[in-house]
Amino acid sequence: MRTVAQADPATPAGSARNLSERRPLGDRGFQVLALACGLLVLVILVLIAVSTSQQAASWFSTEGLKIFTNNWDPTTNDYGALAFIYGTAITGIIAVVLAVPVSIGIALLLTEVVPYRWSRPIVYVIDLLAVVPSVVWGLWGILVFAPWLQGIYTSIASGVKGIPVLDSLFGQPVSGASFFTCGIILAFMITPIVTSLSREVIATVPAIDREGAYALGATRLEMIRGAVWPHSQGGVVGAVLLGLGRAMGETIAAALVIGSSPEITSHLFATGYNMPSVIANQFGEAFGVQKAGLMGIGVLLFALTIIVNVIARGVVERSARRKRGA
Amino acid sequence: MAVVAGQEKHDLREPAGWRRTSNRIVTALMVLAFVLVIIPLGFVLVTVIAKGASVISWSFLTSDIPVQVVPANQGGVGPAVVGTLEITALATVLAVPLGILGAIYLNEYGGKNWLARLIGFFSDVMTGVPSIIMGLFIFAIWVLHFGFSGLAGAFALGCLMLPIVIRSTDEMLKLVPNALREASYAVGATKARVTMTVVLPAAIGGIVSGALLAVARAAGETAPLLFTILSGTTTVNKNVFSGANTSLPSQIFANASSPYPGAQARGWGAALTLIAICFILMIIARFVTARFTRYSR
Repeated sequence: MRTVAQADPATPAGSARNLSERRPLGDRGFQVLALACGLLVLVILVLIAVSTSQQAASWFSTEGLKIFTNNWDPTTNDYGALAFIYGTAITGIIAVVLAVPVSIGIALLLTEVVPYRWSRPIVYVIDLLAVVPSVVWGLWGILVFAPWLQGIYTSIASGVKGIPVLDSLFGQPVSGASFFTCGIILAFMITPIVTSLSREVIATVPAIDREGAYALGATRLEMIRGAVWPHSQGGVVGAVLLGLGRAMGETIAAALVIGSSPEITSHLFATGYNMPSVIANQFGEAFGVQKAGLMGIGVLLFALTIIVNVIARGVVERSARRKRGA
Repeated sequence: MAVVAGQEKHDLREPAGWRRTSNRIVTALMVLAFVLVIIPLGFVLVTVIAKGASVISWSFLTSDIPVQVVPANQGGVGPAVVGTLEITALATVLAVPLGILGAIYLNEYGGKNWLARLIGFFSDVMTGVPSIIMGLFIFAIWVLHFGFSGLAGAFALGCLMLPIVIRSTDEMLKLVPNALREASYAVGATKARVTMTVVLPAAIGGIVSGALLAVARAAGETAPLLFTILSGTTTVNKNVFSGANTSLPSQIFANASSPYPGAQARGWGAALTLIAICFILMIIARFVTARFTRYSR
């Protein structure tokens, strides 16, 4: 007996129209309600873009392309946001560079090394990291971590004094609250999400690939390089991009530990600023073009994180689809 | 390793030389990665507990926030505790039902059509929107017209929670076996009835635990509240729908940038209170998952 493919068991093929006419009002009302709630996501995203751009309009129109200059000074009415964009890029890169090897290491530890009964407690610990609120990381960062790091930064700076490239990266001036401190704190904060996403991807590697590699006499490392990595590459790249998106948007911890001075410098141990933290610190007291400017930085940040997230999700979905097809 | 006496000790199962060494190094690096994560986590928790425990008392949790500079043993964070509880509760009431309904659309009605895929994709993307953007958004569409209030803060937190609830609920609904739905249709139930009385109860454990994790995330957020609740109040505001309010994260943020030891100590106390609230929510979520989940991955 051949069966006709049915999209929806509630409206069997052949009698579809008849049944749908007989569907009670409440049933259809429920469907509309559910659809409305689903559409809410799209509505909110569009509203965010429209309403914040409206509030930022006077910044875009008075400053024009000067929004991309390195000059943010309320006293002279100059509102160029380049220093904040630079800070966001630098802290995001530091966070990703520090967090990704650690996250992939833990993901591999969980999937390839430890037995199942050990992996659950490890996952709990990683989840705890995600439950610590941003502001608590910031509080600890500025009162405990930054003063401690300042000593380390100072000795590194005196160590690299005079060495060409290293001096301009790690030399004086140094400060406890800096790009690098912010990057480290952000790395702690994005580790849980990068770990759990990489773990999900790595867990989809077919057991037969693993066993095949082991059967050929591969060590664990060779098995990971030959069977796990080619399979999960794409998904891990997506996870890393999602981590980058999180790091760029993280606000309160960054606002507390970045040092709050709008400067473009190659010195990673120097004070800086980034996009979310300048909004958090200045929006409350700002007015006029400055307020519009901060709203505009919000618009840029929103656009940036949407782009990063869309690419990341696209990469993850594509690699997932390819795997299903394979 | 069974070695026959007299024979040379040579085990083919064990790789030798550089292959063996590199394998061990990489395994050690993986363990090191985990240790690198435990150390800061342990440091944060130990510091918060050590510095916060000496401040926390019943009067700390209930007293008003001091207006002037006072030593650590005076004043408290009562209004912030009340504010965090009311604002988070209101945000939960707003976001969780909407999120569950949204997920019902994605899983029960949309299926694989383009609209459901689009909504699913953008709820994933929305979980990555920075929380401060939610604050700016509610400031632009609500606060400018109706003023600061706990409600505005709840809207901002709700926007943050919505995609998380949609995603976790969607995952749980996917796990409910189709046979349950088909059996209900076979006895003539409408789709709404099947969803409400069969599918949702079957997935309720996972849905509740996902929602609790979203609540824990929202309770710790500061950025969406900065421009929506005007954290300046120092007394308890019981009316969540109007007037300035405050929250634990807002108080921690204010105290962290204060130079006074008394204020910093109250910041640690508030941090311990907040972490305790978040951890309790997480533990309840784990309990619900363990106790009430019928279908899991």
